[in-house]
Amino acid sequence: MRDFLLLLADNTQILGHRLGEWCGHGPELEIDMAMTNLALDLIGQSRNYYQYAAELEGAGRTEDDLAYLRDAREFRNCLLVEQPNGDFAHTVARNFLFDSWHYFFLQALCQSNDERLAAIAGKSLKEVTYHLRWSSEWVIRLGDGTEESHSRIQDAFDNLWTFRGELLTPAPFETEAASAGYGVDLHAIRPLVEDRLSDILAQATLQRPEDGWMQSGGKTGRHSEHLGYILAEMQYVQRAYPNSVW
Amino acid sequence: MSTQVSLEERFQARIDAEQKIEPKDWMPEAYRKTLIRQISQHAHSEVVGMLPEGNWITRAPSLRRKVALLAKIQDEAGHGLYLYSAAETLGISREELYNELLSGKAKYSSIFNYPTLTWADMGAVGWLVDGAAIMNQVALCKCSYGPYARAMVRVCKEESFHQRQGFELLLTLSKGTPEQRAMAQDAINRWWWPSMMMFGPNDSDSPHSAQSMRWKIKRYSNDTLRQKFVDMIAEQIKVLNMTLPDPDLRWNEERGHYDFGAIDWTEFNEVLKGNGPCNRERLAARRKAWEEGAWVREAAMAHAAKRQQSV
Amino acid sequence: MANHSEFPLWEVFIRSHGGLNHKHVGSLHAADAQMALEHARDVYTRRMEGVSIWVVPSTAITASDPADTDPFFEPARDKIYRHPTFYDIPEGLKHM
Repeated sequence: MRDFLLLLADNTQILGHRLGEWCGHGPELEIDMAMTNLALDLIGQSRNYYQYAAELEGAGRTEDDLAYLRDAREFRNCLLVEQPNGDFAHTVARNFLFDSWHYFFLQALCQSNDERLAAIAGKSLKEVTYHLRWSSEWVIRLGDGTEESHSRIQDAFDNLWTFRGELLTPAPFETEAASAGYGVDLHAIRPLVEDRLSDILAQATLQRPEDGWMQSGGKTGRHSEHLGYILAEMQYVQRAYPNSVW
Repeated sequence: MSTQVSLEERFQARIDAEQKIEPKDWMPEAYRKTLIRQISQHAHSEVVGMLPEGNWITRAPSLRRKVALLAKIQDEAGHGLYLYSAAETLGISREELYNELLSGKAKYSSIFNYPTLTWADMGAVGWLVDGAAIMNQVALCKCSYGPYARAMVRVCKEESFHQRQGFELLLTLSKGTPEQRAMAQDAINRWWWPSMMMFGPNDSDSPHSAQSMRWKIKRYSNDTLRQKFVDMIAEQIKVLNMTLPDPDLRWNEERGHYDFGAIDWTEFNEVLKGNGPCNRERLAARRKAWEEGAWVREAAMAHAAKRQQSV
Repeated sequence: MANHSEFPLWEVFIRSHGGLNHKHVGSLHAADAQMALEHARDVYTRRMEGVSIWVVPSTAITASDPADTDPFFEPARDKIYRHPTFYDIPEGLKHM
């Protein structure tokens, strides 16, 4: 259960962190605010999972201990969410790949036999329904916008496609979670995710990249180099001044 | 109506009667121009003001602090947006206003040209900088131009958590380890004088003030607001058990106000001229965001046009 | 900084609670109606300010001219017979 909760917590925390990097630098004020809203939703979700994980541990640790005092090898998030923002097209493509998985994942998680998890999923699903709508619309706008935007978003999907497989490939702790009834059967949601992807990419007049070799490892703590830098920044104050209250 | 009063006199009479001027009402060209300058400077300040705090989003030391900081900076984007909208009612576009900012022609509050060096700066900025800003903004809720006044009402409502957020952050540090206390005191020391300068030059050196007061687009003088700010902060800092970096600060029983030391206007003028520690990088960051966003905005417009055609 | 990329302006109206009218709250920029609606959600309802949003292109609004204030609004001023207090009724008459 702990690993499963940390997967959900770290996914949302790291993607929220990445979106937070946009704050003040968006393509237009309104879009800047929209991305901050996404970040706030995601970080809020991660706090729910961290708090639950900390309680289950029963060792007196807090959400912040889990977020700020674990090292990269202990993080369970997928490689996709730690990928750099790149240009706006990369951010949109990354979010869309995540959202289109996250949405169906949460729908299934609402049926979890763990009441607390089901409740968190229910609350998150409302937010993520909006996230998916936001990223889908931007994929379509950029894909079916100008020549430049089309090539940028196509390029982004081509680059990020290799990270999408991990979302739908269960780590051992996810298989265990699914069979124990508190997790999600990734095989069951796969067709829903695939359909949505194909549908939106088609509307966006984009080429669906080939499903070639897929990267994996994030869920078991073997990350890309990017996560180390994220944590170096994120955890710096906590690490530089240990045992302090902030 | 029968006596031939000039448009200008009638306009001033409406203002004297505390009536609001609305976008389509007749107004003197100088009133319009002054308002555009003032509102857009204010808007630019909100938007550039996102940067020094944005600098710490990724390093916020707890999840609670991180969401609070994000929400606060997002509010600033919103405030910039409300203010640009208010300026737009005067017949200038947001893009024109941006261009004035990015070309260096328009000014924004000099305070944002100072760097945020430690986490405690998030507290000092919230408490002192937002504290100073809110003094101005509360006064502007009653300004004569309707759209500006309404934007200010909304801004003030939202800002109310900003200063508290900053103070609470400093209070936590003040109760923390010696390192945390030192960090907080250092931040207060660095932000105090720049915050005092936010109210602008002394009344005797403030060229536009008299006309703006008559037009009620400025409701209190710079020195009046500055004194109010000092009186407020000098009391609040006692709760933090810290000090303000002004040896001349003391309560004056006779005046019923705090006395304070002279402001070093040389520094203020240099920062205003563009020689602050961060002037160049703040503008460069805004320029980069705007230029790199161009293809996104173009794509969205192109897509909207296509969609409209296919309907 | 091409001019054609500037998003047009929209006016935002929000119903704050069920049963109330939509009220003008401000404006924003967006490329199309859908985006305007979402921007309105992200900009103007961050603190639970609304349950319903309308967005209207600013150019679609026709406003009365301040110069017409007298002919438009003055004539209603002396029609006090439209208000209940114009009519005398005996003291003690109830429910009217």
